[in-house]
Amino acid sequence: MYTQGLDQKTKTSDKPGPLEGPEQLAEFQARVDAEEKIEAKDWMPEAYRRTLVRQISQHAHSEIIGMQPEGNWLTRAPSLKRKAILLAKVQDEAGHGLYLYSAGETLGVSRDQMVADLLAGRAKYSSIFNYPTLTWADIGAIGWLVDGAAIMNQIPLCRCSYGPYARAMVRICKEESFHQRQGFEIMLELSKGTDAQKEMAQDAFNRWWWPSLMMFGPGDKDSKHSAQSMAWKIKRFSNDELRQKFVDVTVPQAQFLGLRVPDDDLHYNDETGHYDFGEIDWQEFLDVLAGNGPCNRQRMAQRTRAHEDGQWVRDAARAYAARQRAKAA
Amino acid sequence: MTDEEWPLYEVFIRARSGLSHRHAGSVHAADDEMALNHARDTYTRRMEGVSIWVVRSDKIVASDPAETSAFFEPAEDKVYRHPTFYEIPEGVENL
Ligand SMILES: [Fe+2]
Ligand SMILES: [Fe+2]
Repeated sequence: MYTQGLDQKTKTSDKPGPLEGPEQLAEFQARVDAEEKIEAKDWMPEAYRRTLVRQISQHAHSEIIGMQPEGNWLTRAPSLKRKAILLAKVQDEAGHGLYLYSAGETLGVSRDQMVADLLAGRAKYSSIFNYPTLTWADIGAIGWLVDGAAIMNQIPLCRCSYGPYARAMVRICKEESFHQRQGFEIMLELSKGTDAQKEMAQDAFNRWWWPSLMMFGPGDKDSKHSAQSMAWKIKRFSNDELRQKFVDVTVPQAQFLGLRVPDDDLHYNDETGHYDFGEIDWQEFLDVLAGNGPCNRQRMAQRTRAHEDGQWVRDAARAYAARQRAKAA
Repeated sequence: MTDEEWPLYEVFIRARSGLSHRHAGSVHAADDEMALNHARDTYTRRMEGVSIWVVRSDKIVASDPAETSAFFEPAEDKVYRHPTFYEIPEGVENL
């Protein structure tokens, strides 16, 4: 998902620290099993803390980087109404990033550190934001599909065992459904439009469908952090379960729009009551994660530039605050 | 200039008059006024509040979760502080 559970290099350090006796770990697990929320200052296993820092910071970075593909259309929105809506949506994503950084900070890592990890390439963000937004229909497809997939994942996170993360997710989920609806509405308008507009909607759908399915992360058999995250109640459903749910709710919406799902293997399975769908191109997924998606370099370059361009503002605000303090003293 | 992080502030929001302020999250800001502005932009984009308090996170004094049971122990054995402790005979009303 926005977090995808992808970091491959933390394995060696997932051992319990010296202070973590089996009794303490069992006590912690019992609290989690009893659906008690874990709060910032509570004792927690070091691996639990690290897993959360990784997941929450990846999630935050995804919200922040995720502003770029949509921001690309802010100045070219087809009407003032669409521009205002898109601006509000992109602003929300900035807000989501901030809620999540502040949830991450409760675990003892500073926002500056998390941002530094992103800019240095040590932290990841969701693969989905490395695809380009070529036409206005992409803005519709992102709201409908990408935010739709995000909602699927984020609703169970509202019940995550870590209190500050769960509370941030509640706030985010309240805002997401507007994102999805405005996207669907864009697609709906295009689908009722001229042939060229319908074609544009279909083209965007073709390009965003598979990457949206990849947002749920690797299949269950290849998902390395899943079992532990489930036991800790950070995660409530497996990647494949969430992906299936997403397909099941989205296919009928696509049919309503008169769009063809770009998957020849897709069909409704009467026995299971679910849609069966074709194999995901996992090589493409791995390539994008490895930094070789269509826009990885551009996204990181822009984030770095924005961070550096903002330096004088941070400096000036600090200098002003120091001067005010000196005057008051 | 040293790239020291802006301090952290905790944000409390009163959703409507008549309700108490409630913790919403935190923001970084260079000074108090900026903290209020950031809190407004971050936590009340949809009219979620009519009043905001911000306070430097390092100014908050908190009880220690590791000491929770000892800290709250004095209240634990005082069941007589609850009305359910008292038995009222049948027939007595408005009590
Ligand atoms: Fe978001
Ligand atoms: Fe969103």
